[in-house]
Amino acid sequence: MSMINYASREINCKLVYYGPGLGGKTTNLEHIYGKVSPNTRGKMISLATETERTLFFDFLPVDLGTIRGFKTRFHLYTVPGQVYYNASRKLILKGVDGIVFVADSQIERMEANVESMQNLYDNMSEYGYDLTKIPFIIQYNKRDLPNAAPIRDLQASLNPGWPIDDGAQQKVTPDPLHAGENLIDRVDNQWIGRASYLEAVAVRGDGVFDTLKTVSKVVLKTLS
Amino acid sequence: MAGAASWSFSENDFKQIQQHLQAYLRESNARCALLVDRTGQLVATVGDPPQFDATAFASLTAADFSANDQLAKMIGEHEFASLVHQGEKESMFLADVAKRVILVVLFDQRTTLGLVKLKGKGAVEKLNKVFAEMFNRVGAGPAPEKGLLEGAEDEIDKLFG
Repeated sequence: MSMINYASREINCKLVYYGPGLGGKTTNLEHIYGKVSPNTRGKMISLATETERTLFFDFLPVDLGTIRGFKTRFHLYTVPGQVYYNASRKLILKGVDGIVFVADSQIERMEANVESMQNLYDNMSEYGYDLTKIPFIIQYNKRDLPNAAPIRDLQASLNPGWPIDDGAQQKVTPDPLHAGENLIDRVDNQWIGRASYLEAVAVRGDGVFDTLKTVSKVVLKTLS
Repeated sequence: MAGAASWSFSENDFKQIQQHLQAYLRESNARCALLVDRTGQLVATVGDPPQFDATAFASLTAADFSANDQLAKMIGEHEFASLVHQGEKESMFLADVAKRVILVVLFDQRTTLGLVKLKGKGAVEKLNKVFAEMFNRVGAGPAPEKGLLEGAEDEIDKLFG
């Protein structure tokens, strides 16, 4: 739920990093916190357990700068990835403007990824939000690990696409991030839409800002 | 609407909100009042400027309120319309406004919880009215300025470039 304050001339948007436990959601925020100038970001809040597992959420506000006289601020949140924290996880999704699903590329984590994605769909639909209609991107993290599954397999499991029934949208839309691939395409006589995806190694910072940049752009596009 | 509804408020709304909050602070002798929306964004601050990170404070307030909402439901209550956190010197009173915003009042020993709560009731009623009118206008209200995206692309590139 973006909030536009005409009095203080501010636009505030909420981004949520979702995904299975230990997938790298907090690491994404920590990297952003470390790299962005202190003038353009606020304090990072982490509600974590003693073993540094996210208990409720991490929070980091980042200013993108002034656009047409309006200060644009993105509030970045992570959710606790562990399955049994679903009640808290769901609370964080309230009023979300954009979602980054941080998937763990390791083959052993495939089931956890799928379970978390299903949980995201379920929690969103309980709020009445449609994941296929709000800014949503997938980050395949930990691409440097030897046991990382091929992108093709991850895409097939986590981003198989949803049917596009609206005639106005039924046109081939190239994926700006991957040459030769399409975000909207016709497969076996059925129009299919897919979420954008990026590859990342969040501990090194690879792909972290590209992810944030991609999702921020889509969020701002929905406002214009 | 696919996602949550966006909302915006005018300078006039803002002025009204501030007036109600200022009157409330005068009557209750509380130090500071903040309005935070349920997603954790700070809407307004009135009174002594907070000596802490107000943005972080707002996100924690929303989380606190949401968590308590769920606790209420678990014990069979519809909601906790207000919450109190009492400290040795500094205390907080939180109250729901129009189901979309949270009023947070910071007060110390110069007043009492009873007075803050009592005067809070009237303030919440007035704020409820302002927000109800504001939300009724959604859709007819001022839309984000055209061409926002063009500027945004440049700004994003600049920040991450």
